[in-house]
Amino acid sequence: MKIPYVVRLALRELRASRRRVGVYMGSITLGVAALVSINSFRVNVASSIHGQSRMLLGADLELRARQPFPSPVRAVIDSVAREGTPVSEITSLASMALALRSGLTRLVDIRAVRGRYPFYGAIETLLQTGHNTLVDSTVLIQLDVTVGDTLAIGESRFVVIGALTRVPGEMGLRAAIGPRVYIPARYLDETGLLRFGSRARYATLLAMEDQHRDAFLERHRELLRSHSVRIDTATEREEDLTQSLSLLARYLGLVGLIALLLGGIGVASAVHVFVKGKLDTIAVFRCLGATQRTMFTVYLLQAVLLGFIGAAVGVALGAGVQTFLPTLFADFLPLEVGRALEWRSALAGLGIGVWVAVIFALHPLLTVRNVPPLKALRSEYERHRRRDFPSYLTYVALFASIAWLSSWQAPNRSIGLGFTAAVIVTTLVLWGVAFLAAQTIRRMVPRSAPFSLRQGVSNLFRPHNQTVAVTLAVGFGVFLLATLYVVQWNLLQRLRITSYPERPNLFLFDIQRDQRTGVETLLRERGLPILDITPIVTARLADVKGRTVDELRRDTTEDRSRWPLTREYRNTYRDTLVASEELVAGTWWSDRPRAPPSRRADEAYSLPRISVEEDIAQELRVGVGDRITWNVQGRLIETVVASIRRVDWARFETNFFVVFEPGILEDAPQSFVTLTRADDARVRAEVQRDIIMQNPNIAALDLTLVQDTMDRVLGSVALAIRFMALFSLLSGAFVLVGAIATSQFQRMRESALLKTLGARSWLITQILVTEYFTLGTLAAFTGVSLATVAGWALTRYFFELTFRLPTLSLVGVWLLAAALTTTIGMLGSREVVRKAPLVVLRDMGE
Amino acid sequence: MLRDVSLTVEPQGFVAIVGPSGSGKTTLLGLLAGLERPTVGSVRLAGTDLNALTEDQRARFRAEFVGFVFQTFQLIPTLTALENVLVPIELRRLHEPSFDGAEPERRALDLLDRVGLADRTHHYPTQLSGGEQQRVALARAFANAPKILFADEPTGNLDAATGHTVIDLLEALNGEAETTLVLVTHDPELAARARRVVRLSEGRLVPDTVRIGR
Repeated sequence: MKIPYVVRLALRELRASRRRVGVYMGSITLGVAALVSINSFRVNVASSIHGQSRMLLGADLELRARQPFPSPVRAVIDSVAREGTPVSEITSLASMALALRSGLTRLVDIRAVRGRYPFYGAIETLLQTGHNTLVDSTVLIQLDVTVGDTLAIGESRFVVIGALTRVPGEMGLRAAIGPRVYIPARYLDETGLLRFGSRARYATLLAMEDQHRDAFLERHRELLRSHSVRIDTATEREEDLTQSLSLLARYLGLVGLIALLLGGIGVASAVHVFVKGKLDTIAVFRCLGATQRTMFTVYLLQAVLLGFIGAAVGVALGAGVQTFLPTLFADFLPLEVGRALEWRSALAGLGIGVWVAVIFALHPLLTVRNVPPLKALRSEYERHRRRDFPSYLTYVALFASIAWLSSWQAPNRSIGLGFTAAVIVTTLVLWGVAFLAAQTIRRMVPRSAPFSLRQGVSNLFRPHNQTVAVTLAVGFGVFLLATLYVVQWNLLQRLRITSYPERPNLFLFDIQRDQRTGVETLLRERGLPILDITPIVTARLADVKGRTVDELRRDTTEDRSRWPLTREYRNTYRDTLVASEELVAGTWWSDRPRAPPSRRADEAYSLPRISVEEDIAQELRVGVGDRITWNVQGRLIETVVASIRRVDWARFETNFFVVFEPGILEDAPQSFVTLTRADDARVRAEVQRDIIMQNPNIAALDLTLVQDTMDRVLGSVALAIRFMALFSLLSGAFVLVGAIATSQFQRMRESALLKTLGARSWLITQILVTEYFTLGTLAAFTGVSLATVAGWALTRYFFELTFRLPTLSLVGVWLLAAALTTTIGMLGSREVVRKAPLVVLRDMGE
Repeated sequence: MLRDVSLTVEPQGFVAIVGPSGSGKTTLLGLLAGLERPTVGSVRLAGTDLNALTEDQRARFRAEFVGFVFQTFQLIPTLTALENVLVPIELRRLHEPSFDGAEPERRALDLLDRVGLADRTHHYPTQLSGGEQQRVALARAFANAPKILFADEPTGNLDAATGHTVIDLLEALNGEAETTLVLVTHDPELAARARRVVRLSEGRLVPDTVRIGR
């Protein structure tokens, strides 16, 4: 087959320019790699979940409730069990585990298992005999125990017979939040943990064929619902998990897409410089009879070809990266995920890479059409470049492409379009800041400044410079990483107890009435302050504004969430507001004493008064003056909403949805939470151990542990985002490398001239360092300043926290980015410094 | 730039356009070759009114009828000597798929042989000396057997001896191909070799120097 001349010409032209343009096409590579890896990973996750859906639940059907199943539900379960359906039960509750050998304690998630759990998966029979326990491997580390050691759980003792590395169906991160400790259910009573106020969860797992399960649900769904039993099937679990992980992957994909778009900016910048260098050649071709279209096609073909090569390398790189993603995202994954490259993601990545390369190259390529042949005779001849219809068309195509790509990658179209808008606005703002900063730097350098400084800075403004493009590309990467850092820092800062010396750092839960004095004495003996003692009374809603919870739940005309109606409320009573609360409506009881029951006119205020948190008030649709009847462990208490409070939930204190006025609940069954503070970690550990030894049902929460957990959770989330954002920073670096490569020629000539005029290599080095350091400073400044604004907005409005600026770290980021830019720049310019001037000038004389 | 210029060049003629810098020589050459349109007046080349042609039609016209030699050689740096010579033939075939381009490579090699570069065919411009580059440019100019050849200071960037060689070759090839030659030059010696010298001054033709017999 004969290859058309334009193709051959494009290939020939490419031979000489591939080194210069090729490096730019590399910026496409990283973006494609990011997209291919994350999308392939997403598909693999979905297919792994699908393939192992039954293992996710360990059963086909799970019934869950916050209290033991009532007898009608029990009867239904017993009847299917009698028919031969395998049934297993798990009672879970948070409690302390104490390692006898090390004396260390930790709040863990006890799971008492009865029956053959799981029906699908791996951890069965080990628990069938004896006082044995299986624990999360994190427990081994945190309590300093090994297999064979004994754990005290409640009033019972269990021998650790194995460590779990993964529980099917649960994210790895779950182990950090509440490490799981499995024990045989027959010993649960022995532990004495199931006391009043313990927050146990009850689950029954059933193994049944789909058909059988559907029939079962059809028959009993109403009964289960009416007893607040939640139903989960393996299929639903599969859908939920697939959806949430796919959402995560799609959001991460958007971060990856930024890398690709930055690569696009790199391509546009490269093609712009490339075409400028080709104007003479194009003019000669035009003299020899080539049409505008021929020349445009030749260069467009080159863009396609380079885009294809860049994207293909990206696919290969992506294939490598995605084998590593299941490890990176292990904390989020509920199961083993395949590591094979998914071909549709690979093909899509290839196509998108080529498309982005071409669409970004299109606008600068239009210059090719306007090269007049006369330029071959007069090199200074420049025809005025007019913005014509095709030129506007390329902009439209570019923005449409970004919008389409974002919508394709995003979880839904509106998020995609929002992302497009955000990318465009961020780009414009970055561009603006970069431009202004560059102009300021230029003006700031006085005439009296050293020559190297003046020359270095003015190099940033040489003809065909790519200062703004590089600033934008590097700046975007810095912006993403710095924003992430600022937000993460602010979230964690919130939890730093060291920053709040007066706040409690040890919480003791589930203290029974008869244990209260003992605990207080123990704390006092150790010299620890009792910062707060809060009573907790559990209750459920009976009716709201005169309508029973059942009525409200059945009412389909109102679109309201069910959980506020059916949940178990953990209420308290007290006479004052606490520091984390603020009254937004109504009056606090101390401001207005209760009216005596005799005053009928003020009937509402003769009822016990409660204060409701504003969000839950909104969910329940109640306001000041509305009545709510509570079922406090069998006794109905009618109350009236006297005030609405705003609660700062982020403060680690005992916060409540509902607070009762004193004098109502004092005699109700209740448990207590005691808050104390011990700065010495050893003292904290000992106090916990001694309290647990004496009162095994009490749960202690060490805030440093919460902090570590949050560190770990936020760390895992941030790691995933940072990993994708890193592609953007690398793309930025690639654009930088490309910019250096394309302007190498110019830099060589300038340096050769300076050397000819007597400059020593040291001066040339100084000039180059100034140039790159200024460039890096500019890019990092742009990224860091925008990250500060974005971080502030996210912290203040999304997380609703007070914003603090991690100044020192941001200065560090700034300097690091500047140093990296300088290093990359200097590495790319070794030739410039080293080469003898005559060699350069002779080389360039052609 | 140019005013009241009326000039007819006969087929197979050899015309030199001379004049000081800024007198309009290159502008005249650009107009004659159809690289630019005159604001007033017309240019007819080989019977065709260039003004009536679109950009693309003029490109096609150049591919078919016109050859160029430039002062700075203007070889395509990314192509080898042979590929450079092939460019006009290939471009012409793009315009006219029926164009008899039988064995274009043979023709290009012959031309390179004719200019004495048979052993440099696969060299890139940067690997050739100035004189060699201009000889490749000559081969390229004649590749399509153009009707008219425009040369802009073809010896301007060469030393005297090399310049002589190039001009000798140019004349010889011109004679063989029976091409009309229009040459812009500063060099009086070179101009003296033309059959006709057109002198320009401040954009106008100087009448008393129109013809020199040979």
